[in-house]
Amino acid sequence: MKNGSSVEVRLPSELGFEKIAMSTASGMAAMMGFSDDRIEDLKTAVAEACINAIEHGNRFDDRLDFAVVLSSNNDELEIKVIDDGDGLRSAPSMPDIDRKMAGEEEPRGMGMFLIQSLVDEAEWHKGPPGKSFVRLVIRLDKENN
Amino acid sequence: MQTATKITRRDATAASGDDVAILSFTGDIASTSKEAILQAYHGAGAVKKVLLDFSGVDYINSSGIAIIIQMLLEERTAGHRTIGIFGLTPHFKKVFTMVGVAKYASISADQAAALSTM
Repeated sequence: MKNGSSVEVRLPSELGFEKIAMSTASGMAAMMGFSDDRIEDLKTAVAEACINAIEHGNRFDDRLDFAVVLSSNNDELEIKVIDDGDGLRSAPSMPDIDRKMAGEEEPRGMGMFLIQSLVDEAEWHKGPPGKSFVRLVIRLDKENN
Repeated sequence: MQTATKITRRDATAASGDDVAILSFTGDIASTSKEAILQAYHGAGAVKKVLLDFSGVDYINSSGIAIIIQMLLEERTAGHRTIGIFGLTPHFKKVFTMVGVAKYASISADQAAALSTM
């Protein structure tokens, strides 16, 4: 695959369409030579980023799409998930299973933690409508891929 | 776009001799699965041990994991059932461990291993 190749998909704000983004990311990562393990990590991170865009960014508004832009750059794959929301209000907190099991924390709220844990870089950018995005990066490690 | 969660129940006997209800999932485990999963779980009857079989599942997201946590929380509060998990792919076993589910439910590779621990 040519260095600097880029793919963009636009998806409806409906749960389930994150799978299209997962498939696209998986295909691109496979073409770049990422291992199956890393591709599974990427698929989960991309799914969670898309679900956040659908639920929190676009608030399930079926008039709004969100965009997933995938770009290969040397040995890294960058994925931006762009929605019409206001962006992240505060930094994601670490989920605490003990607090969840004590009923002190909602059972949900693990998506951003998973994103951060499964990719090499994750950044949330605030912007005007249509410009807020999360940027994910995974790098090809020659030793482990 | 999400694949509906289907759940089938079968019965088995644990190494301890106790009856075990095995709930086998197929389809997606996501927010839309909540009603189906909790209904099957609550309908499992008087058994004290329940195994959740994910071997037919390809897609689990954080909302789906939250349903499993809610189930574990209910049991911790009610305190009358033990829950075990098997059949996760290596990736989802890692994810379940990362978010702490493995601290409150045993995770085994397959049904035989899961029954031997109960």
